[in-house]
Amino acid sequence: MSVEASEVQRIAHLARLAMSDEQAREFAGGLSDIFAFVEQLDGAPIDGVEPMAHPLDAEQRLRPDAVTETDNREGFQAIAPAVEGGLYLVPRVIE
Amino acid sequence: MEWETVIGLEIHAQLNTVSKIFSGAPTAYGAEPNRQACAVDLGMPGVLPVLNQGAVEKAVMLGLAIDAEITPRSVFARKNYFYPDLPKGYQISQYELPIVARGHLDIELEDGTIKRIGVTRAHLEEDAGKSLHEGFESMTGIDLNRAGTPLIEIVSEPELRSAKEAVAYMKKLHSLVRYLDICDGNMQEGSFRCDANVSIRPKGQTEFGTRAELKNLNSFRFVERAINHEIERQIDVIEGGGSVVQETRLYDPDRDETRSMRTKEEANDYRYFPDPDLLPVVVDTAFVNQMREKLPELPDAKRARFVEQYGLSDYDAGVLTAAREMGDFYEAVAAGCGAPKLAANWVMGEFSAAMNRSEVELADAPVNAEGLAGLLARIQDETISGKIAKEVFEAMWNGEGDADAVIEAKGLKQITDTGAIDAIIDEVMANNPQQLEQYRGGKDKLFGFFVGQVMKATQGKANPAQVNERLKAKLDG
Repeated sequence: MSVEASEVQRIAHLARLAMSDEQAREFAGGLSDIFAFVEQLDGAPIDGVEPMAHPLDAEQRLRPDAVTETDNREGFQAIAPAVEGGLYLVPRVIE
Repeated sequence: MEWETVIGLEIHAQLNTVSKIFSGAPTAYGAEPNRQACAVDLGMPGVLPVLNQGAVEKAVMLGLAIDAEITPRSVFARKNYFYPDLPKGYQISQYELPIVARGHLDIELEDGTIKRIGVTRAHLEEDAGKSLHEGFESMTGIDLNRAGTPLIEIVSEPELRSAKEAVAYMKKLHSLVRYLDICDGNMQEGSFRCDANVSIRPKGQTEFGTRAELKNLNSFRFVERAINHEIERQIDVIEGGGSVVQETRLYDPDRDETRSMRTKEEANDYRYFPDPDLLPVVVDTAFVNQMREKLPELPDAKRARFVEQYGLSDYDAGVLTAAREMGDFYEAVAAGCGAPKLAANWVMGEFSAAMNRSEVELADAPVNAEGLAGLLARIQDETISGKIAKEVFEAMWNGEGDADAVIEAKGLKQITDTGAIDAIIDEVMANNPQQLEQYRGGKDKLFGFFVGQVMKATQGKANPAQVNERLKAKLDG
Protein backbone atom coordinates (compact mmCIF):
# COMPACT_ATOMS: atom_id res chain seq x y z
CA MET A 1 0.00 0.00 0.00
CA SER A 2 1.42 3.36 -0.94
CA VAL A 3 0.31 6.83 0.09
CA GLU A 4 -0.05 9.81 -2.23
CA ALA A 5 1.08 13.29 -1.27
CA SER A 6 -2.52 14.53 -1.62
CA GLU A 7 -3.62 12.00 1.00
CA VAL A 8 -0.88 13.17 3.33
CA GLN A 9 -2.12 16.73 2.88
CA ARG A 10 -5.66 15.69 3.71
CA ILE A 11 -4.65 13.87 6.88
CA ALA A 12 -2.38 16.72 7.88
CA HIS A 13 -5.29 19.11 7.47
CA LEU A 14 -7.55 16.93 9.62
CA ALA A 15 -4.86 16.98 12.30
CA ARG A 16 -4.45 20.75 11.81
CA LEU A 17 -0.80 20.41 10.74
CA ALA A 18 0.61 22.84 8.19
CA MET A 19 2.70 21.11 5.57
CA SER A 20 4.42 22.26 2.39
CA ASP A 21 3.96 20.25 -0.82
CA GLU A 22 7.57 19.20 -0.60
CA GLN A 23 7.12 17.92 2.95
CA ALA A 24 3.96 16.10 1.88
CA ARG A 25 5.87 14.28 -0.88
CA GLU A 26 8.63 13.41 1.55
CA PHE A 27 6.18 12.03 4.14
CA ALA A 28 4.26 10.15 1.45
CA GLY A 29 7.46 8.24 0.65
CA GLY A 30 8.30 7.60 4.31
CA LEU A 31 4.78 6.51 5.22
CA SER A 32 4.60 4.20 2.21
CA ASP A 33 7.81 2.51 3.37
CA ILE A 34 6.36 2.06 6.86
CA PHE A 35 3.17 0.56 5.48
CA ALA A 36 5.17 -1.82 3.32
CA PHE A 37 7.13 -2.91 6.37
CA VAL A 38 3.97 -3.49 8.45
CA GLU A 39 2.31 -5.31 5.56
CA GLN A 40 4.60 -8.26 6.20
CA LEU A 41 2.21 -9.10 9.03
CA ASP A 42 -0.45 -9.91 6.42
CA GLY A 43 1.46 -13.13 5.84
CA ALA A 44 1.25 -14.23 9.48
CA PRO A 45 -1.16 -17.12 10.19
CA ILE A 46 -3.71 -15.58 12.56
CA ASP A 47 -6.78 -17.74 11.97
CA GLY A 48 -8.52 -18.26 15.30
CA VAL A 49 -6.29 -15.81 17.14
CA GLU A 50 -8.16 -13.27 19.28
CA PRO A 51 -6.95 -9.66 18.97
CA MET A 52 -4.89 -8.76 22.03
CA ALA A 53 -5.30 -5.45 23.83
CA HIS A 54 -2.55 -5.94 26.40
CA PRO A 55 0.46 -8.27 26.59
CA LEU A 56 -0.61 -9.52 30.03
CA ASP A 57 -4.22 -9.77 28.95
CA ALA A 58 -5.21 -7.12 31.52
CA GLU A 59 -8.67 -5.64 31.48
CA GLN A 60 -9.98 -2.18 32.31
CA ARG A 61 -9.88 -1.42 36.01
CA LEU A 62 -12.93 0.41 37.32
CA ARG A 63 -12.98 3.03 40.06
CA PRO A 64 -15.91 3.54 42.44
CA ASP A 65 -18.25 6.41 41.57
CA ALA A 66 -17.00 8.96 44.10
CA VAL A 67 -15.73 12.54 43.97
CA THR A 68 -12.02 12.55 44.67
CA GLU A 69 -10.89 15.77 42.98
CA THR A 70 -10.94 19.17 44.66
CA ASP A 71 -11.35 22.47 42.87
CA ASN A 72 -8.07 23.87 41.57
CA ARG A 73 -9.42 26.42 39.11
CA GLU A 74 -7.03 29.18 40.19
CA GLY A 75 -4.05 26.90 39.73
CA PHE A 76 -5.10 25.79 36.25
CA GLN A 77 -6.09 29.28 35.13
CA ALA A 78 -2.80 30.82 36.27
CA ILE A 79 -1.15 29.27 33.19
CA ALA A 80 -4.02 29.99 30.76
CA PRO A 81 -3.38 32.73 28.16
CA ALA A 82 -6.73 34.47 28.80
CA VAL A 83 -9.45 34.05 31.42
CA GLU A 84 -12.55 36.02 32.29
CA GLY A 85 -15.19 35.37 34.93
CA GLY A 86 -13.80 31.88 35.48
CA LEU A 87 -14.02 31.01 31.77
CA TYR A 88 -11.08 30.16 29.53
CA LEU A 89 -11.05 32.56 26.60
CA VAL A 90 -10.18 31.46 23.07
CA PRO A 91 -10.41 33.29 19.74
CA ARG A 92 -14.03 33.46 18.68
CA VAL A 93 -15.09 30.19 17.00
CA ILE A 94 -18.24 31.37 15.25
CA GLU A 95 -18.72 34.55 13.29
CA MET B 1 -46.47 11.69 -5.19
CA GLU B 2 -46.99 10.08 -1.83
CA TRP B 3 -43.96 10.23 0.44
CA GLU B 4 -42.89 8.08 3.33
CA THR B 5 -40.85 9.53 6.17
CA VAL B 6 -37.92 7.63 7.66
CA ILE B 7 -36.58 8.76 11.03
CA GLY B 8 -33.84 7.44 13.27
CA LEU B 9 -33.06 9.06 16.61
CA GLU B 10 -29.79 9.42 18.47
CA ILE B 11 -30.50 10.21 22.08
CA HIS B 12 -27.82 11.37 24.49
CA ALA B 13 -28.66 10.78 28.13
CA GLN B 14 -26.32 12.07 30.84
CA LEU B 15 -25.81 9.35 33.40
CA ASN B 16 -26.47 10.63 36.91
CA THR B 17 -23.23 9.51 38.50
CA VAL B 18 -21.76 11.81 41.15
CA SER B 19 -18.33 11.85 39.49
CA LYS B 20 -17.23 12.01 35.87
CA ILE B 21 -16.75 9.05 33.58
CA PHE B 22 -12.93 9.18 33.56
CA SER B 23 -12.08 11.45 36.51
CA GLY B 24 -13.05 12.02 40.14
CA ALA B 25 -14.40 15.55 39.51
CA PRO B 26 -18.03 16.20 40.48
CA THR B 27 -20.82 16.32 37.88
CA ALA B 28 -23.34 18.55 39.70
CA TYR B 29 -25.18 21.00 37.46
CA GLY B 30 -24.93 24.76 37.88
CA ALA B 31 -21.54 25.19 39.55
CA GLU B 32 -19.41 28.28 38.86
CA PRO B 33 -17.53 27.90 35.55
CA ASN B 34 -14.56 25.50 35.63
CA ARG B 35 -14.87 24.74 39.35
CA GLN B 36 -15.58 21.10 38.47
CA ALA B 37 -12.96 20.59 35.79
CA CYS B 38 -9.86 18.73 36.95
CA ALA B 39 -6.60 17.99 35.12
CA VAL B 40 -8.11 14.95 33.37
CA ASP B 41 -11.13 16.94 32.16
CA LEU B 42 -8.83 19.72 30.96
CA GLY B 43 -6.73 17.26 28.95
CA MET B 44 -3.51 18.20 30.74
CA PRO B 45 -0.40 16.35 29.57
CA GLY B 46 0.34 13.09 31.33
CA VAL B 47 -3.10 12.43 32.78
CA LEU B 48 -4.82 9.09 32.34
CA PRO B 49 -8.53 8.24 32.30
CA VAL B 50 -9.87 5.70 34.82
CA LEU B 51 -13.33 4.39 34.10
CA ASN B 52 -16.19 5.01 36.56
CA GLN B 53 -17.89 1.77 37.61
CA GLY B 54 -21.17 3.66 38.17
CA ALA B 55 -21.31 4.60 34.48
CA VAL B 56 -20.76 0.98 33.43
CA GLU B 57 -23.49 -0.22 35.81
CA LYS B 58 -26.02 2.30 34.53
CA ALA B 59 -25.24 1.47 30.89
CA VAL B 60 -25.75 -2.24 31.58
CA MET B 61 -29.05 -1.52 33.36
CA LEU B 62 -30.29 0.36 30.31
CA GLY B 63 -29.21 -2.52 28.09
CA LEU B 64 -31.14 -5.02 30.19
CA ALA B 65 -34.23 -2.78 30.24
CA ILE B 66 -34.36 -2.69 26.43
CA ASP B 67 -33.71 -6.41 26.18
CA ALA B 68 -30.38 -5.85 24.47
CA GLU B 69 -27.22 -7.89 24.24
CA ILE B 70 -24.54 -6.74 26.66
CA THR B 71 -21.12 -6.81 25.01
CA PRO B 72 -18.79 -8.95 27.15
CA ARG B 73 -15.70 -6.98 26.05
CA SER B 74 -16.45 -3.46 24.88
CA VAL B 75 -13.81 -1.04 23.69
CA PHE B 76 -13.31 2.71 24.04
CA ALA B 77 -12.18 4.62 20.98
CA ARG B 78 -11.00 8.14 20.25
CA LYS B 79 -13.22 10.28 18.06
CA ASN B 80 -10.95 12.99 16.74
CA TYR B 81 -12.10 16.53 16.04
CA PHE B 82 -11.07 20.02 17.00
CA TYR B 83 -13.24 22.35 18.99
CA PRO B 84 -12.23 24.53 21.94
CA ASP B 85 -14.65 22.85 24.38
CA LEU B 86 -12.93 19.51 23.69
CA PRO B 87 -9.46 20.15 25.10
CA LYS B 88 -7.88 16.79 24.25
CA GLY B 89 -8.70 17.09 20.55
CA TYR B 90 -10.67 13.85 20.80
CA GLN B 91 -13.74 12.59 22.57
CA ILE B 92 -13.48 9.22 24.28
CA SER B 93 -16.39 7.22 22.90
CA GLN B 94 -17.13 3.69 21.74
CA TYR B 95 -17.17 2.76 18.09
CA GLU B 96 -16.83 -0.83 16.89
CA LEU B 97 -17.69 -2.54 20.16
CA PRO B 98 -20.29 -0.55 22.15
CA ILE B 99 -21.26 -1.81 25.61
CA VAL B 100 -24.91 -2.31 24.59
CA ALA B 101 -25.71 -3.99 21.27
CA ARG B 102 -29.03 -4.65 19.56
CA GLY B 103 -32.17 -4.18 21.68
CA HIS B 104 -35.68 -2.79 21.25
CA LEU B 105 -38.35 -0.53 22.69
CA ASP B 106 -42.11 -0.87 22.24
CA ILE B 107 -44.03 2.33 21.58
CA GLU B 108 -47.76 2.92 21.54
CA LEU B 109 -49.17 4.56 18.42
CA GLU B 110 -52.11 6.96 18.45
CA ASP B 111 -54.58 4.22 17.53
CA GLY B 112 -53.40 2.16 20.50
CA THR B 113 -51.39 -0.41 18.55
CA ILE B 114 -47.92 -1.32 19.75
CA LYS B 115 -44.94 -0.89 17.44
CA ARG B 116 -41.55 -2.38 18.21
CA ILE B 117 -38.63 -0.06 17.42
CA GLY B 118 -35.17 -1.55 17.13
CA VAL B 119 -32.33 -0.02 19.11
CA THR B 120 -29.16 -0.45 17.07
CA ARG B 121 -26.76 0.14 19.93
CA ALA B 122 -26.01 2.23 23.00
CA HIS B 123 -22.50 3.33 23.83
CA LEU B 124 -20.70 5.13 26.64
CA GLU B 125 -18.86 8.37 25.99
CA GLU B 126 -17.80 11.60 27.64
CA ASP B 127 -19.64 14.88 27.22
CA ALA B 128 -17.79 17.96 25.94
CA GLY B 129 -17.59 21.34 27.69
CA LYS B 130 -19.67 24.38 26.81
CA SER B 131 -18.77 27.28 24.55
CA LEU B 132 -20.25 30.68 25.36
CA HIS B 133 -20.21 32.99 22.40
CA GLU B 134 -22.11 35.92 23.87
CA GLY B 135 -20.60 38.75 25.81
CA PHE B 136 -16.93 38.65 24.82
CA GLU B 137 -15.23 40.92 22.32
CA SER B 138 -14.13 38.60 19.47
CA MET B 139 -13.54 35.81 22.00
CA THR B 140 -15.38 32.65 23.06
CA GLY B 141 -15.62 31.65 26.73
CA ILE B 142 -15.07 27.99 27.60
CA ASP B 143 -16.60 26.25 30.62
CA LEU B 144 -15.32 22.71 31.07
CA ASN B 145 -17.52 21.70 34.02
CA ARG B 146 -19.55 19.47 31.72
CA ALA B 147 -16.47 17.96 30.06
CA GLY B 148 -16.20 14.32 31.06
CA THR B 149 -19.79 13.93 32.26
CA PRO B 150 -20.82 10.37 31.35
CA LEU B 151 -23.23 10.03 28.45
CA ILE B 152 -24.97 7.08 27.00
CA GLU B 153 -25.85 7.55 23.33
CA ILE B 154 -28.80 5.42 22.32
CA VAL B 155 -29.17 4.94 18.57
CA SER B 156 -32.46 3.74 17.09
CA GLU B 157 -32.95 1.88 13.85
CA PRO B 158 -34.48 4.04 11.08
CA GLU B 159 -37.88 2.51 11.85
CA LEU B 160 -39.82 5.57 12.95
CA ARG B 161 -42.26 6.76 10.30
CA SER B 162 -43.59 10.08 11.57
CA ALA B 163 -42.77 12.92 13.96
CA LYS B 164 -45.42 11.55 16.32
CA GLU B 165 -43.75 8.13 16.40
CA ALA B 166 -40.41 9.81 17.06
CA VAL B 167 -41.90 11.68 20.00
CA ALA B 168 -43.55 8.53 21.35
CA TYR B 169 -40.18 6.72 21.19
CA MET B 170 -38.38 9.59 22.86
CA LYS B 171 -40.98 9.82 25.64
CA LYS B 172 -40.79 6.09 26.23
CA LEU B 173 -37.03 6.21 26.55
CA HIS B 174 -37.26 9.29 28.76
CA SER B 175 -39.65 7.49 31.09
CA LEU B 176 -37.39 4.43 31.08
CA VAL B 177 -34.16 6.22 32.04
CA ARG B 178 -36.00 7.90 34.89
CA TYR B 179 -37.47 4.62 36.11
CA LEU B 180 -33.99 3.10 36.03
CA ASP B 181 -32.68 6.18 37.85
CA ILE B 182 -29.74 6.39 35.47
CA CYS B 183 -30.49 9.91 34.17
CA ASP B 184 -32.43 12.83 35.67
CA GLY B 185 -34.11 13.43 32.32
CA ASN B 186 -33.89 17.21 32.64
CA MET B 187 -34.15 18.42 29.06
CA GLN B 188 -33.76 22.12 29.86
CA GLU B 189 -30.40 21.45 31.49
CA GLY B 190 -29.40 19.20 28.59
CA SER B 191 -29.38 15.92 30.51
CA PHE B 192 -31.52 14.28 27.81
CA ARG B 193 -30.88 15.46 24.25
CA CYS B 194 -31.96 14.30 20.85
CA ASP B 195 -30.63 14.41 17.29
CA ALA B 196 -32.89 13.17 14.51
CA ASN B 197 -31.90 11.70 11.15
CA VAL B 198 -34.72 12.47 8.75
CA SER B 199 -35.23 11.42 5.14
CA ILE B 200 -38.13 10.82 2.79
CA ARG B 201 -38.71 8.33 -0.01
CA PRO B 202 -41.55 7.60 -2.41
CA LYS B 203 -44.01 5.28 -0.74
CA GLY B 204 -43.16 1.68 -1.63
CA GLN B 205 -39.49 2.32 -2.35
CA THR B 206 -37.10 0.23 -0.28
CA GLU B 207 -33.90 2.28 -0.50
CA PHE B 208 -33.58 5.19 1.84
CA GLY B 209 -33.46 8.78 0.64
CA THR B 210 -30.61 11.14 1.54
CA ARG B 211 -30.93 12.17 5.16
CA ALA B 212 -30.43 15.38 7.05
CA GLU B 213 -29.40 15.34 10.68
CA LEU B 214 -31.34 17.71 12.93
CA LYS B 215 -29.61 18.94 16.05
CA ASN B 216 -30.60 20.97 19.09
CA LEU B 217 -33.95 19.30 19.76
CA ASN B 218 -34.25 19.87 23.47
CA SER B 219 -37.97 19.41 24.06
CA PHE B 220 -40.62 16.94 22.93
CA ARG B 221 -42.48 19.78 21.24
CA PHE B 222 -39.40 20.91 19.30
CA VAL B 223 -38.72 17.36 18.11
CA GLU B 224 -42.17 17.11 16.60
CA ARG B 225 -42.11 20.57 15.08
CA ALA B 226 -38.58 20.33 13.73
CA ILE B 227 -39.17 16.93 12.11
CA ASN B 228 -42.44 18.00 10.52
CA HIS B 229 -40.81 21.13 9.25
CA GLU B 230 -37.88 19.16 7.83
CA ILE B 231 -40.20 16.67 6.08
CA GLU B 232 -41.98 19.55 4.36
CA ARG B 233 -38.69 21.13 3.39
CA GLN B 234 -37.39 17.91 1.82
CA ILE B 235 -40.64 17.34 -0.10
CA ASP B 236 -40.46 20.92 -1.42
CA VAL B 237 -36.83 20.43 -2.49
CA ILE B 238 -37.51 17.15 -4.31
CA GLU B 239 -40.80 18.15 -5.88
CA GLY B 240 -39.13 21.36 -6.98
CA GLY B 241 -36.68 19.28 -8.99
CA GLY B 242 -33.77 19.49 -6.54
CA SER B 243 -32.18 16.88 -4.34
CA VAL B 244 -31.62 16.68 -0.60
CA VAL B 245 -28.05 17.22 0.54
CA GLN B 246 -26.61 15.17 3.38
CA GLU B 247 -25.91 17.76 6.05
CA THR B 248 -26.42 18.79 9.63
CA ARG B 249 -29.23 21.25 10.25
CA LEU B 250 -29.84 23.21 13.40
CA TYR B 251 -33.38 23.75 14.64
CA ASP B 252 -34.19 27.33 15.61
CA PRO B 253 -37.26 27.26 17.90
CA ASP B 254 -37.75 31.04 17.73
CA ARG B 255 -38.19 31.02 13.97
CA ASP B 256 -39.53 27.47 13.82
CA GLU B 257 -37.18 26.48 11.02
CA THR B 258 -34.10 24.37 10.44
CA ARG B 259 -31.05 25.83 8.81
CA SER B 260 -27.90 24.33 7.46
CA MET B 261 -24.81 24.38 9.66
CA ARG B 262 -21.80 25.10 7.53
CA THR B 263 -19.79 21.93 7.71
CA LYS B 264 -16.79 21.04 5.61
CA GLU B 265 -16.85 17.75 3.79
CA GLU B 266 -14.09 16.16 5.84
CA ALA B 267 -15.65 17.25 9.14
CA ASN B 268 -17.22 13.82 9.50
CA ASP B 269 -13.91 12.02 9.18
CA TYR B 270 -13.34 11.38 12.86
CA ARG B 271 -10.51 8.85 12.37
CA TYR B 272 -11.70 6.61 15.18
CA PHE B 273 -9.15 4.28 16.71
CA PRO B 274 -9.05 2.28 19.98
CA ASP B 275 -7.96 4.49 22.87
CA PRO B 276 -4.56 3.17 24.00
CA ASP B 277 -5.15 4.68 27.47
CA LEU B 278 -8.06 2.34 28.14
CA LEU B 279 -8.26 -1.44 28.13
CA PRO B 280 -11.27 -3.46 27.02
CA VAL B 281 -14.14 -3.25 29.51
CA VAL B 282 -15.10 -6.72 30.67
CA VAL B 283 -18.68 -7.23 31.78
CA ASP B 284 -19.15 -10.82 32.93
CA THR B 285 -22.32 -12.77 33.65
CA ALA B 286 -22.05 -12.18 37.39
CA PHE B 287 -21.95 -8.42 36.84
CA VAL B 288 -24.90 -8.56 34.47
CA ASN B 289 -26.90 -10.63 36.95
CA GLN B 290 -26.14 -8.16 39.72
CA MET B 291 -27.51 -5.36 37.56
CA ARG B 292 -30.54 -7.43 36.63
CA GLU B 293 -31.36 -7.71 40.31
CA LYS B 294 -31.13 -3.96 40.70
CA LEU B 295 -33.70 -3.32 37.96
CA PRO B 296 -36.91 -1.76 39.30
CA GLU B 297 -40.36 -2.70 38.00
CA LEU B 298 -40.40 -1.16 34.52
CA PRO B 299 -43.20 1.02 33.08
CA ASP B 300 -44.88 -1.64 30.90
CA ALA B 301 -44.92 -4.19 33.72
CA LYS B 302 -46.21 -1.64 36.21
CA ARG B 303 -48.96 -0.60 33.81
CA ALA B 304 -50.13 -4.19 33.38
CA ARG B 305 -50.06 -4.68 37.14
CA PHE B 306 -52.15 -1.54 37.76
CA VAL B 307 -54.82 -2.88 35.42
CA GLU B 308 -54.75 -6.27 37.12
CA GLN B 309 -54.39 -5.20 40.74
CA TYR B 310 -56.47 -2.02 40.89
CA GLY B 311 -58.97 -2.68 38.13
CA LEU B 312 -57.95 0.48 36.26
CA SER B 313 -58.45 0.98 32.54
CA ASP B 314 -55.35 0.46 30.41
CA TYR B 315 -55.40 4.16 29.54
CA ASP B 316 -55.50 5.29 33.17
CA ALA B 317 -52.79 2.81 34.10
CA GLY B 318 -50.67 4.23 31.27
CA VAL B 319 -51.08 7.81 32.51
CA LEU B 320 -50.29 6.85 36.11
CA THR B 321 -47.17 4.87 35.23
CA ALA B 322 -45.62 7.28 32.70
CA ALA B 323 -43.40 8.62 35.49
CA ARG B 324 -42.08 6.43 38.28
CA GLU B 325 -42.80 9.04 40.99
CA MET B 326 -46.40 9.37 39.85
CA GLY B 327 -46.90 5.61 39.98
CA ASP B 328 -45.46 5.47 43.50
CA PHE B 329 -47.62 8.41 44.56
CA TYR B 330 -50.75 6.78 43.18
CA GLU B 331 -50.04 3.51 44.96
CA ALA B 332 -49.53 5.32 48.26
CA VAL B 333 -52.84 7.17 47.86
CA ALA B 334 -54.71 4.02 46.81
CA ALA B 335 -53.33 2.07 49.77
CA GLY B 336 -54.02 4.94 52.16
CA CYS B 337 -57.69 5.39 51.27
CA GLY B 338 -58.50 1.83 50.22
CA ALA B 339 -60.33 2.99 47.07
CA PRO B 340 -58.09 2.47 44.00
CA LYS B 341 -60.50 3.85 41.39
CA LEU B 342 -61.39 6.91 43.43
CA ALA B 343 -57.66 7.44 43.99
CA ALA B 344 -56.96 7.18 40.25
CA ASN B 345 -59.68 9.71 39.41
CA TRP B 346 -58.38 12.18 41.96
CA VAL B 347 -54.68 11.77 41.15
CA MET B 348 -55.31 12.25 37.42
CA GLY B 349 -58.06 14.84 37.95
CA GLU B 350 -58.04 17.40 40.75
CA PHE B 351 -54.51 16.65 41.88
CA SER B 352 -52.84 16.84 38.46
CA ALA B 353 -54.87 19.93 37.58
CA ALA B 354 -53.68 21.63 40.76
CA MET B 355 -50.07 20.73 39.96
CA ASN B 356 -50.44 22.23 36.49
CA ARG B 357 -52.10 25.37 37.83
CA SER B 358 -49.40 25.92 40.43
CA GLU B 359 -46.67 24.74 38.03
CA VAL B 360 -45.08 22.50 40.64
CA GLU B 361 -43.48 19.08 40.37
CA LEU B 362 -44.86 16.16 42.33
CA ALA B 363 -42.08 16.32 44.92
CA ASP B 364 -42.94 19.97 45.68
CA ALA B 365 -46.72 19.59 45.76
CA PRO B 366 -48.25 21.07 48.94
CA VAL B 367 -50.48 18.00 49.39
CA ASN B 368 -48.65 14.68 49.79
CA ALA B 369 -49.94 11.14 49.25
CA GLU B 370 -50.91 10.74 52.89
CA GLY B 371 -52.86 14.02 52.80
CA LEU B 372 -54.75 13.11 49.66
CA ALA B 373 -55.50 9.63 50.98
CA GLY B 374 -56.88 11.24 54.16
CA LEU B 375 -59.24 13.35 52.11
CA LEU B 376 -60.43 10.43 49.97
CA ALA B 377 -61.04 8.40 53.12
CA ARG B 378 -63.56 11.08 54.16
CA ILE B 379 -65.42 10.64 50.88
CA GLN B 380 -65.35 6.90 51.41
CA ASP B 381 -66.85 7.07 54.91
CA GLU B 382 -69.38 9.68 53.71
CA THR B 383 -68.18 12.42 56.00
CA ILE B 384 -68.19 14.66 52.94
CA SER B 385 -69.50 14.43 49.38
CA GLY B 386 -67.26 14.39 46.33
CA LYS B 387 -68.28 17.95 45.58
CA ILE B 388 -67.39 19.25 49.03
CA ALA B 389 -64.15 17.28 48.80
CA LYS B 390 -63.01 19.57 45.99
CA GLU B 391 -63.49 22.55 48.27
CA VAL B 392 -61.55 20.78 51.05
CA PHE B 393 -58.79 19.86 48.61
CA GLU B 394 -58.47 23.48 47.49
CA ALA B 395 -58.00 24.54 51.12
CA MET B 396 -55.47 21.75 51.72
CA TRP B 397 -53.53 22.82 48.65
CA ASN B 398 -53.46 26.37 50.06
CA GLY B 399 -51.89 25.09 53.25
CA GLU B 400 -54.92 25.27 55.53
CA GLY B 401 -54.24 21.89 57.12
CA ASP B 402 -55.17 18.26 56.55
CA ALA B 403 -58.60 17.08 55.43
CA ASP B 404 -60.05 16.61 58.92
CA ALA B 405 -58.81 20.01 60.08
CA VAL B 406 -60.32 21.77 57.05
CA ILE B 407 -63.64 19.92 57.37
CA GLU B 408 -63.80 20.86 61.05
CA ALA B 409 -62.72 24.48 60.62
CA LYS B 410 -65.15 25.15 57.77
CA GLY B 411 -67.96 23.06 59.19
CA LEU B 412 -68.23 21.00 56.02
CA LYS B 413 -69.21 17.70 57.58
CA GLN B 414 -71.95 16.11 55.59
CA ILE B 415 -75.43 16.10 57.13
CA THR B 416 -76.53 12.48 57.27
CA ASP B 417 -78.92 12.79 60.19
CA THR B 418 -82.35 11.95 58.70
CA GLY B 419 -84.14 14.06 61.28
CA ALA B 420 -82.12 17.13 60.38
CA ILE B 421 -82.63 16.59 56.67
CA ASP B 422 -86.38 16.10 57.19
CA ALA B 423 -86.58 19.35 59.13
CA ILE B 424 -84.90 21.26 56.30
CA ILE B 425 -87.16 19.64 53.71
CA ASP B 426 -90.21 20.63 55.73
CA GLU B 427 -88.98 24.19 55.88
CA VAL B 428 -88.30 24.32 52.12
CA MET B 429 -91.78 22.92 51.39
CA ALA B 430 -93.39 25.47 53.69
CA ASN B 431 -91.52 28.33 52.06
CA ASN B 432 -92.50 27.31 48.52
CA PRO B 433 -96.21 26.48 48.58
CA GLN B 434 -96.73 27.47 44.95
CA GLN B 435 -94.06 25.10 43.60
CA LEU B 436 -95.32 22.38 45.93
CA GLU B 437 -98.81 22.73 44.50
CA GLN B 438 -97.51 22.64 40.91
CA TYR B 439 -95.35 19.58 41.64
CA ARG B 440 -98.21 17.72 43.19
CA GLY B 441 -100.30 18.78 40.20
CA GLY B 442 -97.97 16.71 38.00
CA LYS B 443 -95.05 19.03 37.21
CA ASP B 444 -92.34 16.40 37.97
CA LYS B 445 -89.54 18.60 36.75
CA LEU B 446 -89.83 20.70 39.89
CA PHE B 447 -88.22 17.87 41.85
CA GLY B 448 -84.84 19.31 40.86
CA PHE B 449 -85.91 22.68 42.17
CA PHE B 450 -86.58 21.21 45.60
CA VAL B 451 -83.25 19.34 45.62
CA GLY B 452 -81.54 22.61 44.80
CA GLN B 453 -83.35 24.45 47.59
CA VAL B 454 -82.40 21.82 50.18
CA MET B 455 -78.77 21.83 49.05
CA LYS B 456 -78.76 25.61 49.17
CA ALA B 457 -80.18 25.61 52.69
CA THR B 458 -77.43 23.18 53.81
CA GLN B 459 -74.65 24.84 51.77
CA GLY B 460 -74.22 21.61 49.86
CA LYS B 461 -73.53 19.58 52.95
CA ALA B 462 -76.57 17.32 52.93
CA ASN B 463 -75.92 13.77 51.75
CA PRO B 464 -77.28 13.88 48.16
CA ALA B 465 -78.61 10.32 48.14
CA GLN B 466 -80.47 10.86 51.38
CA VAL B 467 -81.91 14.17 50.22
CA ASN B 468 -83.28 12.51 47.09
CA GLU B 469 -84.81 9.70 49.02
CA ARG B 470 -86.39 11.81 51.79
CA LEU B 471 -87.59 14.49 49.42
CA LYS B 472 -89.32 11.97 47.19
CA ALA B 473 -91.10 10.46 50.18
CA LYS B 474 -92.23 13.81 51.56
CA LEU B 475 -93.29 15.42 48.28
CA ASP B 476 -95.25 12.40 47.19
CA GLY B 477 -96.70 11.86 50.67
